[in-house]
Amino acid sequence: MMLGSKFKSLSSDKSDRIGKLLVVGYLVLFFCFLVLPLFALMSKSMQNADGVFVGFENFAAYLQDPALFKSFFHSFFVAVVSTIIVVTLGFLYAFALQCTCIPFKGFFRIVSLIPLLSPSILAAIALVYWFGNQGVMKELLMGQSIYGPIGIIMASVYWTFPHALMILSTSLSLSDARLYEVSDALKATKLKTFFTVTIPGAKYGIISTTFVVFILVFTDFGVPKVIGGNYNVLATDIYREVVGMQNFQMGAVISIVLLIPALFAFALDQYSRKRQASQLTSRAVVYVPKPHKLRDRLLLSYCLFIAVLVFLMLGMAQFGALVKFWPYNLSLTLKHYNFEVAGLGWSSFYNSVQMSLYAAFFGTIIIFIGSYLIEKMRSDKSLRDVLQMIALMPMAIPGIVLGLAYIFFFNMKENPLNFIYATMIILVINTIVHFYTVSHLSAITAIKKLDPEFESVSLSLKVPIYRMFFRVTLPVCLPTVFDIFIYLFCNAMTTVSGVIFLYSYDTTLAAVSSIHLDEQGDVAGAAAMAMLIVYISFLVRGIHTIISTVLLKRTQAWRNI
Amino acid sequence: MDIQSQYLIIENLNKNFGAFQALANISIEINEGEFVCFLGPSGCGKTTLLRCIAGLEVQTSGSIIQNRELISDLPTSQRDFGIVFQSYALFPNLSCFENIAYGLQSLRWARKDINQRVEELLSLIGLSEHTAKYPSQLSGGEQQRIALARAIATSPNLLLLDEPLSALDAKVRVHLRQELKNFHRRLGLTTIMVTHDQEEALSIADRIFVMDGGRIMQSGTPEEIYLNPKNPFVANFIGMTNFIDGKVSSSDSIKISEKHITIDGHGFQKGEKVRLAARPEGIQFTTKKNKKTFQGKVKDIEFLGSFLRIYLETPIIPNRLMIADKPMFGNADTSFEIGDSVNFTMSSDFLNVYKCDH
Repeated sequence: MMLGSKFKSLSSDKSDRIGKLLVVGYLVLFFCFLVLPLFALMSKSMQNADGVFVGFENFAAYLQDPALFKSFFHSFFVAVVSTIIVVTLGFLYAFALQCTCIPFKGFFRIVSLIPLLSPSILAAIALVYWFGNQGVMKELLMGQSIYGPIGIIMASVYWTFPHALMILSTSLSLSDARLYEVSDALKATKLKTFFTVTIPGAKYGIISTTFVVFILVFTDFGVPKVIGGNYNVLATDIYREVVGMQNFQMGAVISIVLLIPALFAFALDQYSRKRQASQLTSRAVVYVPKPHKLRDRLLLSYCLFIAVLVFLMLGMAQFGALVKFWPYNLSLTLKHYNFEVAGLGWSSFYNSVQMSLYAAFFGTIIIFIGSYLIEKMRSDKSLRDVLQMIALMPMAIPGIVLGLAYIFFFNMKENPLNFIYATMIILVINTIVHFYTVSHLSAITAIKKLDPEFESVSLSLKVPIYRMFFRVTLPVCLPTVFDIFIYLFCNAMTTVSGVIFLYSYDTTLAAVSSIHLDEQGDVAGAAAMAMLIVYISFLVRGIHTIISTVLLKRTQAWRNI
Repeated sequence: MDIQSQYLIIENLNKNFGAFQALANISIEINEGEFVCFLGPSGCGKTTLLRCIAGLEVQTSGSIIQNRELISDLPTSQRDFGIVFQSYALFPNLSCFENIAYGLQSLRWARKDINQRVEELLSLIGLSEHTAKYPSQLSGGEQQRIALARAIATSPNLLLLDEPLSALDAKVRVHLRQELKNFHRRLGLTTIMVTHDQEEALSIADRIFVMDGGRIMQSGTPEEIYLNPKNPFVANFIGMTNFIDGKVSSSDSIKISEKHITIDGHGFQKGEKVRLAARPEGIQFTTKKNKKTFQGKVKDIEFLGSFLRIYLETPIIPNRLMIADKPMFGNADTSFEIGDSVNFTMSSDFLNVYKCDH
């Protein structure tokens, strides 16, 4: 009796069928909102103004324009210098937090993460108050202008610092205590131990940080827009070509010039992360630092110095927003919070909050379910692999490139999705896609921790997977779900590059308004708006902390017994 | 064998993972109420076979018939079984009660009936006082019993156990082994257990299927498997074995390095090269030296409680040491130390003869 031949397909569980349908649904969504727009961008770069295919003619024109070509080196230069500075400062800070006995570590950790809550332009605005033409400390620059590479680098260092610190802290926290003990036993000096144990252990973390910071600065739009002056970079060139000169083809060409190094850095980063993951064995012993007077004192002063700088930036932005007429009348007022420019006022702030809530709410649901499908579906491994690959893509794509791709794709009259153009929907979708990867990876990590046999047990007990998802998977992963929500919210509040091309008169956003206020010379208004973003982010984070403590106490009772 | 009592029939089952063949033409039959073990080293296909029975893996070809119904094309949720995994896979956020009631709730039982059934099961496994606790508050053994109760809550007719004891401490393991056996005696549930621990399989199973490389190497009762291993793999995997090269000298005797040893009915032709498998406990030391005894030199002695394990250098096993187990309180005049020369005989009860494959 040979009944089961390989040609006979197995009738599947209802759960499997739903899962398969969802996987296909995700692939369709990713195609519509990531792959096809990028394709539209690429084809645009090979068309002339009338939409006729011209091959690489636009690229040739780009290479022949010395002004445009120069921007590439500008972008590269500020990215490299900022990266070197941030990695050095970040490593010292992370080392102080992880490998020394300085006091107030919790405080220093929180302070270092503050820049995450503010839009990148906040630092640029604060720098204008400190070192601008009418800045308080202008003399410190010894005749150099803050408007240009100096300003871009300083502001970039400020806002990328927490990104660097998070990766470096993690890689230093993975150091194995036994290596330090062996080094001690072999009578190595502290300095020698630092160079033979600490640095090699954090090697991949350092490499990864280098690439991440490089991409962030290389592709950033807000900071060079506000403080770059005449120093053009790729991202501002794209904006100028598209918005200023309506030269969409050249905008597309520059986008691709921006995209390629970013993709390259991303690939190298992925590679080094894989190496890092295999480094820590489960038998490693966590390193607990011992006090060392001189080292601890030096690093404590260093951390204090950095903390003071963070507060000086934040404080100056707030002060500038409250001053009547900088620098002539320093009495305080709230008038800059009136935002008298039409369309750039409070309505944009409310739009931002609304957009961020939508993006956080829907994004969390979509990202978590997507990660679950990739990790737990039983069949269709190849489809899931494709999905996983696409889910990593957004991290490599600069926001401004994604935004431009969206215009090209959704503005096409013949596109059935054209109706979302210039609505809140396109802003929400763009934001979710732009910040997809990081949330996706943390969801995957949480889901990987679940016992791989939960699904099997459920099926054997005739409980459909979707019911188990709500009864077990989701409750167990709730802390991660909350983290994803707040990550999406804060990023949606502060993002500029992704949405700069996509808002309409009715859907202006706070961070974008801040840039336009600055553009119109209302620096105080720009500062006021940027600080509003900081406060709402703080507020939502606070609410998030309260809700999650209360809710987690109830749903996670099993964890703490 | 009575056809009525064959509860599970597996015919020509194959499973490939890409180029790797995990199961090669498996055909077995399991009787109603039987406790069987799939035993083998890791990677032998035993877990894959269990997962095919559960529908968690899909066979490449072949069929599985459970209770006279072809189930190999049914999805997991339509098959009739309960399963306990090595990790137990207890839902961490549900209490013991909720874990056990998990399957019952989706069958839309009345609350009163669920309560009654769960309490019945909790008292069956002796954990009635732990109703409201979370899995993380229980010991490994208690978690295992909760997983068992959850698996049988919906009264399946087949129980699958995937290495259910291997995550436990040695002492608890032995205790739960007995419990599992009692449990099976009381419920009479057809049970399949996967294990790599031969002691576990020997002590608990009615019948053992020894597997290697995706094939069934031998099936039989624990006694049959231990005393009459059909091939060198089984002889080596179950218990300890010394392999000795020999040559058939007559229908009831085999020559091992110039000495003849009597083995009735070995079934090989005169002059054929064979391999003998000798159990360590079948090697007896003697002070007498005659034409039946072999010589060896003691290289090492391990004290293992009730017996001593002796490592011997002997010409009948070139380049390797022979292992012999000597009872602690046996023959007093054969005590010796490392470096001593000794004489020994091999009892034919503990000898098996195989075709020489090299």
